Amino acid sequence: MTTEAIHDSHEHDDHHDHKMTGIKRWLYTTNHKDIGTLYLWFAFIMLLFGGALAMMIRVELFQPGLQFVEPDFFNQLTTVHGLIMVFGAIMPAFTGFANWMIPMMIGAPDMALPRMNNWSFWILPFAFSILIASFFMESGAPNFGWTFYAPLSTTYSNGSTAFFVFAVHIMGVSSIMGAINVIVTIMNMRAPGMTYMKMPLFVWTFFITAYLLIAVMPVLAGVVTMLLTDTYFGTSFFDAAGGGDPVMFQHIFWFFGHPEVYIMILPAFGIVSTIIPAFARKRLFGYSSMVYATASIAFLSFIVWAHHMFTTGMPLFGELFFMYCTMLIAVPTGVKVFNWVATMWRGSMTFEIPMLFSIAFVILFTIGGFSGLMLALTPVDFQYHDTYFVVAHFHYVLVTGSLFSIYAGAYYWLPKWTGHMYHDGLSKAHFWCSLISVNILFFPMHFLGLAGMPRRIPDYALQFADFNKWVSIGGFAFGLSQLIFLVVVIKCIKGGKKAEAKPWDGAEGLEWTVASPAPYHTFETPPNAEDIKGQ
Amino acid sequence: MSTEQEQKASDNKTSKTVKKLVLVVFAMFGFGFALVPLYDVFCDITGLNGKTATTAASVNEDGIDESRTITVQFISRTAKGIPWQFEPMINEITVHPGEMKLVKFYAKNESVNDIIGQAVPSVSPGRAAIYFQKIECFCFNSQPLKAQEDVEMALQFYVDAELPEEVKTITLSYTLYDITGSVES
Repeated sequence: MTTEAIHDSHEHDDHHDHKMTGIKRWLYTTNHKDIGTLYLWFAFIMLLFGGALAMMIRVELFQPGLQFVEPDFFNQLTTVHGLIMVFGAIMPAFTGFANWMIPMMIGAPDMALPRMNNWSFWILPFAFSILIASFFMESGAPNFGWTFYAPLSTTYSNGSTAFFVFAVHIMGVSSIMGAINVIVTIMNMRAPGMTYMKMPLFVWTFFITAYLLIAVMPVLAGVVTMLLTDTYFGTSFFDAAGGGDPVMFQHIFWFFGHPEVYIMILPAFGIVSTIIPAFARKRLFGYSSMVYATASIAFLSFIVWAHHMFTTGMPLFGELFFMYCTMLIAVPTGVKVFNWVATMWRGSMTFEIPMLFSIAFVILFTIGGFSGLMLALTPVDFQYHDTYFVVAHFHYVLVTGSLFSIYAGAYYWLPKWTGHMYHDGLSKAHFWCSLISVNILFFPMHFLGLAGMPRRIPDYALQFADFNKWVSIGGFAFGLSQLIFLVVVIKCIKGGKKAEAKPWDGAEGLEWTVASPAPYHTFETPPNAEDIKGQ
Repeated sequence: MSTEQEQKASDNKTSKTVKKLVLVVFAMFGFGFALVPLYDVFCDITGLNGKTATTAASVNEDGIDESRTITVQFISRTAKGIPWQFEPMINEITVHPGEMKLVKFYAKNESVNDIIGQAVPSVSPGRAAIYFQKIECFCFNSQPLKAQEDVEMALQFYVDAELPEEVKTITLSYTLYDITGSVES
């Protein structure tokens, strides 16, 4: 089977589609693996850049008082850090996984729309060039928070709104094209015998994520367009003077914003659900309940947006409705956590790096989920709102949640991508350094928030000094630890122990039936039906 | 060749799915904008956000409920960039539900330019908004003032007798905006 696949691809190369060399290969490529690689590198570069901004934030917050940056520049740092991490690091990284793995997992030769695939990646660097370039303009970068609430981003904008809006438009177009591609691929290009309920969970979660993307990214595009016309063309969507309403901005933004947070976590669920069974050497516990849980989380995400707005003065009924709906999300999420733990229960577990990251994910994501439940309680949210407790919450779900799952997935599939095993010692160092430093970084933020330290402020009261020092030290350590990962990946691409076609003995799925590194073209002819086991 | 036919069939299927999805994208883009009127309608019906009616109410004919009194407070503020003095001439008043009252607000253009101002009302608590009936209000129209000119502006209102029992105090807040630019254009 493996040699056949390689043989096929050589024959194919002879007919047409010669691999180009140098930069042209990457610019013109329509190959899903090349584009996946581009997405993953882009996401990692953005992670380091967004991380560098975070380091500046933590330098400023190391001590009380204003030391290094002006308050306005501090606002620019927090804003662009958020935008880059959400739209530049986490989302492209998952799209990279989707590009690399979905065709291989469902036995398709490529994505359904390879030319569009190339476009959806290559417009991304332009979006982020515009965003980052605004740092060097007279106006400065966006300083109104990644949530760009009107009127901060309209009446009180520093003049960066247009650049911000165009950058978001381009990101949105890119995400929508990527999502359409994934849906079309999954619906039309599954190998014979690969029924929906046999699809690997990563495919399922990304399938649902793609639907969320095409449902809410257009709403984001709409709301930034309204901002643009409010700021520059005299409309009054969010301006009370002309009959508009700034609170409506928050409603429309969070109608996009809440599904967006599931866009950033559902693929993580998929990756972890793939890895845990592989190293527990058991089938995933409750496959179909996982699928239904994912779908119900996606559905519920559309009717909970106003839990971000409890303090805007909603009627009591509204607050109760959004509180209960939010609480309801804990049920399918709880099902998932239960299933992961049940999969590990009495499994023959080994603790390779992907598994370590996945277990860390399960524990730390659950902590983030619990703080989310606390925030969902309307009466106490009035105290936690806009404090470091919120910062702690979403960093637990996005860093130790999404980012850890991305690392888990990267280590899991690196042998398939590069054909080499990663360096064992260095990758262990990466995991343990990250795990310890990330908790020093984010855990004390819970206490800071409960004690009342507000977010997005460059200074703080003296009593918060000790915790902030620890947070900053954890931040620097976590930032530096990520450079170890860069070394691991480069070493792994250059050489290392040769990887077998299936380096993990518990791993399941079509991607392990082809050679490592995966040939440039895979599944030109659909895979054998008996290779498709299902869950 | 059968493989060519298969290829064609799958291409067809692909373009069909793509068309449907593109349609969804455009529909959702439209939905984003549709949320604007929907939000207004929703606020109108529920009185959410303290939005009061933008047109005059008719005179109360249901009589006065003298069994309870309600405190109505007046607050004013000027938005950024309008150099007007703007304040209520009385800060607080007690009324019976159904009872009509006339209060005045004072505005003075303190700049050397002619400016057109627009006051936007908001009622707190929000659910009292639909029971706050204005028969006459300066907020229904814009208010032009020449440089250094001043004016007393009238508000005639009553509180609907249907107002929930537990609301004892209503705060009416006006924000004054400079709309000179948008009126001239």
